[in-house]
Amino acid sequence: MSSFRQPSILPGFGLTLGFSVFFLCALVLIPLAALVMKTATMGWDDFLNVLFDPRVLASFRLSFGASLLAATLNGIFGFVIAWTLVRYDFPGRKLIDALIDMPFALPTAVSGIALTAVFAENGWIGEHLAPFGIKVAYTWIGVVVALTLIGLPFVVRSIQPALVEVQRDLEDAAETLGAGRFTIFRRIILPTVTPALLTGFTMAFARGVGEYGSVIFIAGNLPMKTEIAPLLIVIKLEQFDYVGAAAIGFLMLVISFVMLLSINLLQTWGRRRHVAAGR
Amino acid sequence: MNLSPSLRTAFVTLLSILTLAGCGSSDDKSVTLLNVSYDPTRELYRDFNEDFARQWQQQTGQRVTIKQSHSGSGSQARAVIDGLDADVVTLALAYDINSIQEKGKRLGANWQTRFPNNSAPYTSTIVFLVRKGNPKQIRDWPDLVREGVSVVTPNPKTSGGARWNYLAAWGYELHRQLGDWSKLDDPANAAQVEEAQASAERFVGEIYRHTPVLDSGARGATNTFVQREIGDVLIAWENEALLALKELGPDKVEIVIPSITILAEPPVAVVDTVVDRRGTRQIAEAYLQHLYSDAGQELAAKHYFRPRKPEILAKYGELFPTLPTFTIDEVFGGWSAAHAKHFADGGVFDRIYQAGAQ
Repeated sequence: MSSFRQPSILPGFGLTLGFSVFFLCALVLIPLAALVMKTATMGWDDFLNVLFDPRVLASFRLSFGASLLAATLNGIFGFVIAWTLVRYDFPGRKLIDALIDMPFALPTAVSGIALTAVFAENGWIGEHLAPFGIKVAYTWIGVVVALTLIGLPFVVRSIQPALVEVQRDLEDAAETLGAGRFTIFRRIILPTVTPALLTGFTMAFARGVGEYGSVIFIAGNLPMKTEIAPLLIVIKLEQFDYVGAAAIGFLMLVISFVMLLSINLLQTWGRRRHVAAGR
Repeated sequence: MNLSPSLRTAFVTLLSILTLAGCGSSDDKSVTLLNVSYDPTRELYRDFNEDFARQWQQQTGQRVTIKQSHSGSGSQARAVIDGLDADVVTLALAYDINSIQEKGKRLGANWQTRFPNNSAPYTSTIVFLVRKGNPKQIRDWPDLVREGVSVVTPNPKTSGGARWNYLAAWGYELHRQLGDWSKLDDPANAAQVEEAQASAERFVGEIYRHTPVLDSGARGATNTFVQREIGDVLIAWENEALLALKELGPDKVEIVIPSITILAEPPVAVVDTVVDRRGTRQIAEAYLQHLYSDAGQELAAKHYFRPRKPEILAKYGELFPTLPTFTIDEVFGGWSAAHAKHFADGGVFDRIYQAGAQ
């Protein structure tokens, strides 16, 4: 509480805090509270029925599994892209840099339709995969592809500034001390970038769990197989089952919250360990 | 109230602007209507609105602007329940308007008797769209479940058209087993009917096992079939199939008429609470009535919906071949019963997929 009474050097603390609280309440807390309250109107039995409905469970597995996989892929390849953009100078770098943001700006439905057109069995990429028996569009792989596209900018844009921050003289010093390239990467670059990488990973993951627009076009939407949880919410709404929809939304909220919290804790723990090791 | 003079002036100005704006909308010279409809009627109502506006102005001197909203039938119904101010709704199935009545209390329970023909001014049926030359030789319903045939149909949970598809397939198998609809109501045949219903469930389940994609709406399914070239056959609204044939040309796709199919009756209704509040009842009723006029029926036929008027249907006979149909009332006991049994959570459709996954 002491920080409240401590006069801040910057004026306007009361105003900005008031504004922040008001904004968060109006846009985040009140709608979430409404979600919880709607769910609360349903009895325990009904809630457990929704929770253990095999279709709901299957959609959760797909939504969270595909998001995790997509965020992991983005963590790896997003890092490579960010590395390329920060460390090298080459013609067209600015262009590639600008392209990264496209998934941010594109309406998700457009991304979904475009991906489906390319990865369908008669699409440019799909037709080359089909002879190997690999189907992307209308399978869970399609879901991962869509979520990877959606999440990519989050990872790249988080890592870029961190990579810029890596002190080149530290790397040089390590090299003079005989460290190999891999050791430099593992002991110097990775620890500096990890918090940013985790942030990007988390954002890409969170975005993937909630993604609807692009996925429904490429997923095929077969119950038990390629049906994502947000689609199940829409289906419940179409059947005027507001409470059932709220229950699924609430469950997603809880699972996401727990996962985001554990990533945050992991990050804090990692930072502490890093600081301790540095001493 | 202690308002500063400048604030008071601003307040009064604002009030007078609002009053003027209010006058503008209730002005006898012009009126707006909102028609909330479903996906495939977009083209039909664009032409129809123009025709109605012209006729209304001739008759009454009043100018009318009709606004259109199109989306999946179910989500449109939900929008109206949640407060979208539709003067009239023109949806894909009676169940959706029933929901507006039951859950939203926005119109009277007798809505379906207020206009002729169950308040469905035009009809359609469910047919097959296949690729040019019909390479998989699809002639009738049983061909859909043959080895190696892949079927495209949308998700009945989200699409009105998909529900018609589903029920058409069910009705076919029921009819094949029973041979005669009258057996459905005869208690003496209860065992046979039960047997036939079980057979129909297997048949419909088999169709969905041949379905690689479930789009959320009818238009999406058409695109999957046509643009993505997924599937050998698309189960579709007749109007949607005819439109696809016109857009793509007969060198790409063909229409196959099954031996028996369902008579789809997309209904229309005036939303009582909205028209009474906005004072638009008279024009809203005239608007829907105009659908039954010769001009309205002609426009429906031009946009590939089957007109109700026999003489106009005959005029477009080439487009609309006669075929044996059944209605949802005679086979499924109406939409509410059909929905509860087949499409509600835990219904037959859910069972099909849960059995398939195990």
